[in-house]
Amino acid sequence: MMSQSNTSSLKGRKVILHDMCLRDGMHAKREQISVDQMVSVATALDAAGVPYLQVTHGAGLGGNSLQHGFAPHSNEEYISAVAAKMTQAKVSVLLIPGLGTMRELQSAFDCGARSVHVATHCTEADTAPQHIAYARKLGMDTTGFLMMAHLNDPEGIARQGKLMESYGAHTVYVTDSAGYMLPDDVKARVSALRAVLKPETEIGFHGHHNLGMGIANSIAAIEAGATRIDGSAAGLGAGAGNTPLEVFAAVCERMGIETGVDLFKLMDVAEEIIVPMMEHVVRVDRESLTLGFAGVYSTFLLHSKRAADRFGVSARDILVELGRRKMIGGQEDMIMDTAMTMARERGLLKAVAA
Amino acid sequence: MSTKKIRCALIGSGNIGTDLIYKIQRSPVLEPVWMVGIDPASEGLARAREMGLKTTADGVDGLLPHVLEDNIQIAFDATSAYVHAENSRKLNALGVMMIDLTPAAIGPLCVPPVNLREHAEKVEMNVNMISCAGQATIPIVNAVSRIQSVAYAEIVASLASKSVGPGTRANLDEFTYTTSGAIEKVGGARKGKALAIINPAEPPMIMRNTISCLTDDEPDHVKITESILQMIKEVQKYVPGYRLVNGPIYDGNKVQVFMEVAGLGDYLPRYAGNLDIMTAAAARTAEMFAEEILAGRIQLNAVEIA
Repeated sequence: MMSQSNTSSLKGRKVILHDMCLRDGMHAKREQISVDQMVSVATALDAAGVPYLQVTHGAGLGGNSLQHGFAPHSNEEYISAVAAKMTQAKVSVLLIPGLGTMRELQSAFDCGARSVHVATHCTEADTAPQHIAYARKLGMDTTGFLMMAHLNDPEGIARQGKLMESYGAHTVYVTDSAGYMLPDDVKARVSALRAVLKPETEIGFHGHHNLGMGIANSIAAIEAGATRIDGSAAGLGAGAGNTPLEVFAAVCERMGIETGVDLFKLMDVAEEIIVPMMEHVVRVDRESLTLGFAGVYSTFLLHSKRAADRFGVSARDILVELGRRKMIGGQEDMIMDTAMTMARERGLLKAVAA
Repeated sequence: MSTKKIRCALIGSGNIGTDLIYKIQRSPVLEPVWMVGIDPASEGLARAREMGLKTTADGVDGLLPHVLEDNIQIAFDATSAYVHAENSRKLNALGVMMIDLTPAAIGPLCVPPVNLREHAEKVEMNVNMISCAGQATIPIVNAVSRIQSVAYAEIVASLASKSVGPGTRANLDEFTYTTSGAIEKVGGARKGKALAIINPAEPPMIMRNTISCLTDDEPDHVKITESILQMIKEVQKYVPGYRLVNGPIYDGNKVQVFMEVAGLGDYLPRYAGNLDIMTAAAARTAEMFAEEILAGRIQLNAVEIA
């Protein structure tokens, strides 16, 4: 272990890391990661001691679609290939009710998935009771994942988290899908959850780095009682990426937070495997900053850039308009729709019918 | 004008049943006579009484003794998939035709501009209205598939959070399976997929639907666009707020259409186009059967119980 130069109030706290680069990272790769690449990344993360890693289409189970893009392989193929090679890491999946179903969860479990993030928009937890109960029945490590958490206040998040817990979730996540939150926003929501959830129910935080706050927000979450943190090696994820996991692990080590991962090995995975895989440098650029600033779902980034190219309206204008219209995760079709409406208003596109 | 109307019963005294009263009262061929609930204190039953309907809080069993004397010929079931089969069996045995607004789908699936006439000609005694997303999107899929074969059709329905009731929320998978299946069976796509998004924005967003079809061969832009515009007019006959927002837009073999569905605002708010298109389609279905019965072209017969 590295020597610690600082002591902190968090010294000795244990935190479970959950890598997202083979799920959220699929967004940044337009869903184009091969089975071989998945296995190579996963085995390296496993060897670095990362306890959980998520493996599916970017939109999770049922994600293969015109709406979210088609991956070259089925979720089953990815999960089976990765799960077979794990020595200690557990493979997790994402399930968004309305897109993924219990049949697909069963199938993922049969392929070796043992943990699941059951995700809903932060006000719609009551669309998940069947799926959470089903995951528990399968014996999976089960998380209720409240997306776009900045769009609900701390009391609202607490109520929604309590619902997730009542359905059987072991863990409730505050999910900053837009990378919009600041440390005080995170603390307020995690504290509100901690005040109402059972002591044995864990709290997690999933950040996006659109305002460069991934690490700071994750630390704030831990200070308020979170014990699970999602991140991604080299930050490979939607928008400006997730909390870069190797950076976060280094900060934890400095602060004396125990993650159980081998920092140098994790740094090597990021540098030698993930960075060379990137199609674009995943960083805070003009558009991903717009996501964080306007509070827009991170996955909208590449869709907006494509719509911008096609209809001649700037991606930033489209993103700001999507934020204004309060579009949420899963409404990727509305990006094209919004771009077309804006292009028509600007005289760049003709209407088909009166 | 003929004063003769076909007399109807509404089972389920919730939002859907109440909205149906308004639509049926406007119909030249239908008359709402009974509303069936299970809670004597329910608001829905009280409102139905104010609107001049007879009511019972004893479920379908409370209606059965009155079916023949009140000459009830069509019933709408807006309860749940769990009790629909039993409701249908009991009423069919008395010669009452059932319009099923639950996900039970024991009868053939009905999307009025696509296959209603066929069901009426066959005198189907139970037809199912699929789902709100199905009613809003399948006409468009069919408008494409009647021109060219469709390998895959995908629909995304965005619904205002306030318009999605506890039943749908607790059974989202059922919604997904039912709608996906109907995109194939009624829409005519070889494979169908349905996605649902529930958006809590305030003020509530009007229901939106995006329909994407992949044709086997290069799509004929002119013919498909014409077919879609024609189909939209058909749906507008019973849902005036069914509106093309963008498209059809073509990209290789992909055809995409962006629709909005605003309700009539009878009992349900205008943004709840998803609920309105269900009640409007159900009322349209009943009207077609009623017109055929009144013209003497079809006759409803009691279904014998095995």
